[in-house]
Amino acid sequence: MDIPYTVKNRPDTGLYNGKLGIWLFLASEVMLFGGLFSAYIFLRTGVESWPSGSEYLDIPLATLNTLFLITSSVTMVMSWASLKLNDFNKFKIYAGITLLLACAFLVIKYFEYSHKFHVGYFPSYNNFLGIYFTMTGLHVLHIIGGIIVIFYFWIPGAKMWESDPERFTNRIEIVGLYWHFVDLVWIFLFPTLYLL
Amino acid sequence: MSSEHHKQSFLTKYIWSTDHKVIGIQYGITSLLWLLFGFLLMMIMRYQLAYPESPIPFVGSLFGESGILPSEMYNSLGAMHGTIMIFLGVVPLAFGAFGNYFVPLQIGAIDMAFPKLNAASYWMYFVGSVIMAIGFFVPGGAANSGWTSYPPLSNIATTGQTVWLLGMVMLITSSLLGSVNILVTVIQLRAEGMTWMKLPIFVWTQFITAFLLLLAFPPLEAAGVLQLMDRLAGTSFFMPSGLVVSGEVLTNAGGGSPLLWQHLFWFLAHPEVYVLILPAFGIVTEIIANNTRKPIWGYNALVYAMVFLGFMSFIVWAHHMYITGMGTSIGAFFQTTTMIISIPSVVILTTLLLSLWGGSIRFNTPMLFALGFIPMFGIGGLTGLPLGLAAADIHLHDTYYVIGHFHYVVAPGTIFALFAGIYYWFPKMTGKRTNETLGKLHFFFSMIFMNGIFMPMFVQGLAGVSRRLWDGGETYAHAADVLYLNEVMSVSAWLLGLAQIFFIVNMIISLFGKKTGEKNPWNATTLEWTDTTSPPLGHGNFEVVPTVYRGPYEYNVPGDDQDFTPQSKKV
Repeated sequence: MDIPYTVKNRPDTGLYNGKLGIWLFLASEVMLFGGLFSAYIFLRTGVESWPSGSEYLDIPLATLNTLFLITSSVTMVMSWASLKLNDFNKFKIYAGITLLLACAFLVIKYFEYSHKFHVGYFPSYNNFLGIYFTMTGLHVLHIIGGIIVIFYFWIPGAKMWESDPERFTNRIEIVGLYWHFVDLVWIFLFPTLYLL
Repeated sequence: MSSEHHKQSFLTKYIWSTDHKVIGIQYGITSLLWLLFGFLLMMIMRYQLAYPESPIPFVGSLFGESGILPSEMYNSLGAMHGTIMIFLGVVPLAFGAFGNYFVPLQIGAIDMAFPKLNAASYWMYFVGSVIMAIGFFVPGGAANSGWTSYPPLSNIATTGQTVWLLGMVMLITSSLLGSVNILVTVIQLRAEGMTWMKLPIFVWTQFITAFLLLLAFPPLEAAGVLQLMDRLAGTSFFMPSGLVVSGEVLTNAGGGSPLLWQHLFWFLAHPEVYVLILPAFGIVTEIIANNTRKPIWGYNALVYAMVFLGFMSFIVWAHHMYITGMGTSIGAFFQTTTMIISIPSVVILTTLLLSLWGGSIRFNTPMLFALGFIPMFGIGGLTGLPLGLAAADIHLHDTYYVIGHFHYVVAPGTIFALFAGIYYWFPKMTGKRTNETLGKLHFFFSMIFMNGIFMPMFVQGLAGVSRRLWDGGETYAHAADVLYLNEVMSVSAWLLGLAQIFFIVNMIISLFGKKTGEKNPWNATTLEWTDTTSPPLGHGNFEVVPTVYRGPYEYNVPGDDQDFTPQSKKV
């Protein structure tokens, strides 16, 4: 016996299991980052002076990174749409671009971090830098997780397209939902940490 | 099914299994062992409280040549007792074990929605619990800042605290995977005809519990990450400026706030209280309906009350923080919400109590534990009301009154319900029966000694004895009149430990006993009893996946030829 609704939608909920699962997981992630954003507000309102992000952080680089991530979200959708249109080669291209953009994000983040460390701006320097490193660090871990999963479906896991195309398409949809969430977190992080 | 049967090695069948029933039993055994261990820690502490600074018998040599429990070690044992009982004992047993085993069976599903995730969840829990245990062996001993880990104390505590945080991160991840799994299973895999208002109450409680775990735990994970940063990277999230430790001003950047931790911590830990109690409600409801042979009184009210309870549990957290100076207007808000949340709790207890009315009650072991649960939880709940009001809480905060209050909820409350569940479902899990005499002895002795431990705590607490005192209050003049109670409580605790031998012996001889193979020994109506063998089939649970036509508690339906009508019986 197989577990029902792993691929097809359950009629009364209109969802397959994995999609519901990822939405619930993302709800939990919202609470995780919500906790950190609340901590940020709590710390910032609790002290007399709080530095503005531009004193320590590089806004142009972060803007570039924002563009990278937003574009990668678009290509992620395109890769899923390509599978829906039965165009496996286009999926390969779009997923590849997504990976490339994600890696570019990490490279820029690496330069940002190493510059901070170079001039002595460690997390212990003050609470602004502390929360900056904590939140962006956790976000970077999410990016790395996403890269691993997308890479898996890009090369080794793509075999499933031959055996069970519908299920494979669903999997890409689920990864996509996760990836948009990671993108969305950055879209909140960028103004909060760099601009405000 | 037999055609699919293939021989599995012991490892794949019992260790790396993805079958929800095996995982449920793995959870059950691991968490019962942790419960016992957490209780042993407390029995050691109770010796120091009853006879301060005298050598501990049997295990004293672990604490140095004198055999006296050092005060640092006392703190460690206290912190680990709380952590182990809650995060490694009660929650994995109530949610991991019972939820895993019985939710799919009760809704007519062949397994959980994500079997591999399910196994991952158990092994995360296992690794988390091993990390917690490693804490005892690092320099300075295990975490010693209380199970609440309040900074700044926890920030400057010994390495054990870091280990504790890492263990917590693992446990939180485990409960996240488990709760997603339960939620998807209940939403997606209900058998045909199993509509929401036909779900057994046990499934409802697990469903709401899963939501609480899903949404309340992540803020603690955030707090844990922040505290790890404080401890490892030298940030000052929880460190105020100019903190003086051992006569020296700390050199860290400062500007942080210990209150931040308390907010994030209690945002988890208050819903956690309902994570502890909701599965207990579910188990007790099943057993009461079955043993009164009549429908639960007010099924709908019960469901709505529990959903409301789950929702409200997210906005009462700061009633743990009245004396932190967070401001009276915030205090007033949380006082109000706290009073409101007591309403659904009373609705739940009332429906259970009224369900007994006019029933022909069978007093078997599970029913005794379920009946014991009602007044014990009642005492726990009612003594909580003064703590919910800031004016009274300011006096009672951090006294033994608080300890008595929440132990009544969790120990003779939840743990009694869990025992009830074990006795009730043991025939289903093994196909064998437990010994009724041993079970009843276990119940009556546990009942007496539980009260012997926790009732005197109210007396001590009202007299003003603080919690977490190494000498049990010996050095305080105001405690002198109630100090003799320490010995009463300690002796009760050790006797309670002895009473558990009835349980352990009962489990062992029942496991080696004869298989009766009865499918439905209690004449129950829910799917796990009426539509599966005992124990249920290894892979797929049901010979024929049932269709549901009726509500969960159709006992003594007029016109039926027997006094119970299965959910899967055609109307």
